[in-house]
Amino acid sequence: MTSLRDQFRPADHPNDHFLLTTIVGAYPKPKWHDRAREMYENPDADFGDSEWQEAKNDAARLVTGEHERAGIDVVTDGEMRRNEMVEYFADRIEGYEFNGLVKVWGHNYFNKPSVRTEVEYDDTWLVEEYEFTSSVADRPVKVPITGPYTLAKWCFNEVYEDDATLAFEVAELVNDEIQKLVDAGARYIQIDEAALATTPDDYAIVEECLERIVSDLPDDVYVGLHVCYGDYSRIYPEMLEFPVDEFDLELVNGNYEQLDVFKDPAFTKNIGFGVVDAHRSEVESVEEIKANIKRGLEVVPPEQLTISPDCGVKLLPRAAAYQKMANMVEAAREVEAELDEGIVDVARSSASAD
Amino acid sequence: MVEYESAATGLLPLPDWAKEELSELKGHQKQDLITGTANDDVEDAYDRARADVLATQTEAGLDLVTEGQLRWDDMLSHVLSVNDNVDTRGIVRYYDNNNFYREPVVTGALEPTGDVARDLERAADTTDGTLCGVLPGPYSLAELATDEFYGEDRFLEALATYLAGEATECPDLDTLFLLEPSLAVHDTEEPVRVREAIDTVADAVDASVLVHTYWETIPENVYGHLLDAAIEGVGYDLVTSRVGSTSLADEYGTPESVVLGVVNGQNTILEDATDVRRDIDEFVDRAGATLERVYAAPNTELFYLPTNRCEAKLETLARAVDSVEVSA
Repeated sequence: MTSLRDQFRPADHPNDHFLLTTIVGAYPKPKWHDRAREMYENPDADFGDSEWQEAKNDAARLVTGEHERAGIDVVTDGEMRRNEMVEYFADRIEGYEFNGLVKVWGHNYFNKPSVRTEVEYDDTWLVEEYEFTSSVADRPVKVPITGPYTLAKWCFNEVYEDDATLAFEVAELVNDEIQKLVDAGARYIQIDEAALATTPDDYAIVEECLERIVSDLPDDVYVGLHVCYGDYSRIYPEMLEFPVDEFDLELVNGNYEQLDVFKDPAFTKNIGFGVVDAHRSEVESVEEIKANIKRGLEVVPPEQLTISPDCGVKLLPRAAAYQKMANMVEAAREVEAELDEGIVDVARSSASAD
Repeated sequence: MVEYESAATGLLPLPDWAKEELSELKGHQKQDLITGTANDDVEDAYDRARADVLATQTEAGLDLVTEGQLRWDDMLSHVLSVNDNVDTRGIVRYYDNNNFYREPVVTGALEPTGDVARDLERAADTTDGTLCGVLPGPYSLAELATDEFYGEDRFLEALATYLAGEATECPDLDTLFLLEPSLAVHDTEEPVRVREAIDTVADAVDASVLVHTYWETIPENVYGHLLDAAIEGVGYDLVTSRVGSTSLADEYGTPESVVLGVVNGQNTILEDATDVRRDIDEFVDRAGATLERVYAAPNTELFYLPTNRCEAKLETLARAVDSVEVSA
């Protein structure tokens, strides 16, 4: 059976089984890249648009290459051009403006934008990023994009009647952007809806947003949804109705305590299964990660299992982040080989519709 | 004739320079937050920030100013975070917001620390404005905290006694706000016990005690007990719960004083002073003859806002009250 995922299988893939490996969220930025941003933001520094552009390209090229060296099947540039998951997009959407930092907890602040006028699509958000990354990558490139529910929920809504109405309007803009990304060649889109974890009762709003996002997309576009740090039992099994191909879930952090949630009823979509912890700098061994991958096989068969880190690894030391990726790929390849040899029990047979 | 005062409810945003300076001095992690002891540089930064927000409130034209509760890293549960017999543990959600605080776990007998009194004394040295005090209400504090010492039948009373002790150490104040959002958002099954806890704090001070509630309408049974409490006033959130709050006042009356949350502490949208005044007038018209004093205030704490919007809203409050006074 050919699945949408097979388009991402490398021609020289060594095993019959294919556990697609990919990354999630932002990767650690090289220190020099942070320094470059500081200089770019300092009006007294002799560091202008072209120098900053060069720095972003260099960082994107570097991290894309780092992912490829680790053996990741579908890579990203580690979001080297982005500052923060809401701010980056709010800065590019007509209608949002910034008034200053607000407290999240302790001395952790967020430049929380306000929606001051009706939101409108202006210039593209990610097409340039995608085109550059695919030009320097030998592997397929995934595009992570912050979802409309999160863009609506994590701002001050001054205009729309409620956050749902704002989210639906933003969803139309996300759809515009994804259409442009698809025209540019993107085939793997990951919607990041971090806010859903904090307000799971709003899953119907997220579903409605996703319907708008995927409207009129070509059949060969693979859409994932990343949700992190939540009580999944509050959105499962309802989330299986979402019009996406894959759910990327953060699970190691909770020591797979939530895994049983996904066993009944059966998980009918693909699962992006978190197998390395994004918040622990100690690097998991290949053996440990293999054991984690096998936990995934308790929930879905191999053809529905995508292997990824729990969440963005951006807070880890870069060397640890790299080693986690490399070990993750090695573990996935070893489990594939074991599956080929028939020495791994597969609890689930395919329940996927695709 | 009704008197009108403009006031902030406390927990103001840190000035932007202080956000940067203090995060560099203190760090970003759980263990870096306020514990009751701090080094001189941190204390100095807070002193300058406190002077800043006091000046901001005075310049905005507020009748009552607060010291800003800038050191309250854990929001309302700060008064526990600084106590030696409280462990601060994991990060937990602060009501229904995308804000978090360290879970305070009471592990031993609570003795007053004088922490709040000390900040008020420092504030009094730097302002000529009329300073009001701010404390969490005992019920909200009990809802935010975890008890591993007193037991369920004693915890609320212990917190009330603790808060009364902190209040007693404060310099003389005309007005003391007890912030009690939990009274509106959690439906207590023991309104008598809650009223007695509030009385414990109120009886400890000479100040006029105002129990402010927000995010929802106070349940009717709780409201009845609040009217019987030994306090001067009750606060209503007219931003989120205008109809419900006005109905309460209409049906059951009000205490002598009311705090009216009339500007939105959680949205940057700027209210018009004329609209704010209309909301105040409408409530006063419905409240009946017992009402003597109105405190116009934000509905919630203000730390949710960027500083420029916080300042603009304080100015709106002052203008709204001035316009009521002119027309009265």
